[in-house]
Amino acid sequence: MKDNILKYIVKGMRYDRRKFDEYRTVTVEYGVSHAAEGSARVRIGETEVIAGVKLSLEKPYPDTPSQGNLMINAELTPMSSPLFETGPPGEQAIELSRVIDRGIRESKAIDLTKLCVKEGEKVWSVMVDIVTVNDAGNLFDAGALAAIAALKNAVFPTVKEDGSVDYAKKTDKHVPLVQTPIAITVIKIGDQLIIDPLPEEEAALDARLTIAFNDANMLCAMQKGGPGYFTTEELIQAADIAIEKGKELRRALD
Amino acid sequence: MAAKAVKIDYPKRHDGRNWEDLREIEAKVGIIPRADGSAMFRIGHTVAYAAVYGPRELHPKFMQNPETGILRCRYNMMPFSGHGERVRPGTSRRSQEISMLTSKALMPVLDLKECPNSVVDVFIELPETDAGTRCAGITAAAMALADAGLVMKDLVASLSMGHYNGRIMADIDGYEDCDVGISDIPLAYIPTLDKFSLLQLDGDVPKEDLMKILTIAKKKAMDIYKVQQQALKAKFATEKVER
Repeated sequence: MKDNILKYIVKGMRYDRRKFDEYRTVTVEYGVSHAAEGSARVRIGETEVIAGVKLSLEKPYPDTPSQGNLMINAELTPMSSPLFETGPPGEQAIELSRVIDRGIRESKAIDLTKLCVKEGEKVWSVMVDIVTVNDAGNLFDAGALAAIAALKNAVFPTVKEDGSVDYAKKTDKHVPLVQTPIAITVIKIGDQLIIDPLPEEEAALDARLTIAFNDANMLCAMQKGGPGYFTTEELIQAADIAIEKGKELRRALD
Repeated sequence: MAAKAVKIDYPKRHDGRNWEDLREIEAKVGIIPRADGSAMFRIGHTVAYAAVYGPRELHPKFMQNPETGILRCRYNMMPFSGHGERVRPGTSRRSQEISMLTSKALMPVLDLKECPNSVVDVFIELPETDAGTRCAGITAAAMALADAGLVMKDLVASLSMGHYNGRIMADIDGYEDCDVGISDIPLAYIPTLDKFSLLQLDGDVPKEDLMKILTIAKKKAMDIYKVQQQALKAKFATEKVER
């Protein structure tokens, strides 16, 4: 399988006839789960993920008494691929969660100080869950885009007089999103850099680089994966490709 | 949810439905290309996705049965799908029981003797819920099994009936279940066999009303059954036949 993919790549071809720097069609649909405070569905070709935001009132962490909490979690459901199994998240799901988390956290996408209700006592906790529906490759970019879309869509629930949350009544006040980070993953097979990989290409990759950047195209998080390496030139080229392709993903968010 | 001790007056349904009306329903087959079979079923704001994988090799090996293949179902609410706080990922006592009941509800229409030692996995995921989730899951799973090309005696159509202050109603929603405290009766019906493969009751129902409930349930299940059949036909009508 890997040899086959490589043979194709050397000839300048991909299984689905795309160019190496060509993204599949990206669509974003907002408000797909009425139960969540915010939600979105992202499709990249046949890949589909749903992200949902739940808010709750919690005690802040002792080291950040005036800041809200942010938690990002990804589930690789056995529904979405024959390769994913039931049970607690494996290292693949954990890496996915953490890479997406880093892009959002390090870009300071959410103004966490605005989530403080009473310093040292009560803050809003923002929990973003990303769930895979169909894995046709590139879950990193799809998951990151779904997470930021769900946050864009998220509004606060009402707080009752006794201080508890009334989830049945939503306000029209949005979660304080001040940046819209985008993540783009560039993979390397042989000496070729490729974006938006298919599962077959992911299985054959030598190295992978996920780059997240903010509205001003400032790089804010990166993660290299895969067994191989990148040269200096390849890393610079990957960053250029990512920022260029980021425009397409940003357009899909509007 | 258990019925409340003091029954409030509930003279008409809060969303304007008649007592025997279902919420708006929608079904789609083949929504997850990676799976061997898949389907979506929506009833009001309850949405269930189901994906079927298999028959495939069963692990761990000690669970293998040389006489027949087995059906394994997993029911799971997405963490943001509940009205209220986040649902922690992973299994709970509730989800494990529902997973088990789901496979028992589907087993009577399947025959897996042709594929010994193997498993048919059914994964049910709910992106949004407003009561009736196990029923929506079973309804979606039946379509997904048919989409996977498994030999089946029939589909299974499932819905939840309600009983309150002597009144029988179909397809109770989250408000009616939790806030009003209507007795909840989830059931699954196999139309061509005229048999029930799921029946539960949470609450109180006079024995005299059971027959009426089952009769109405059958009628309403037939409405769901028609939508299931249409969704399956729609997928295979659009699928290109390669020669």
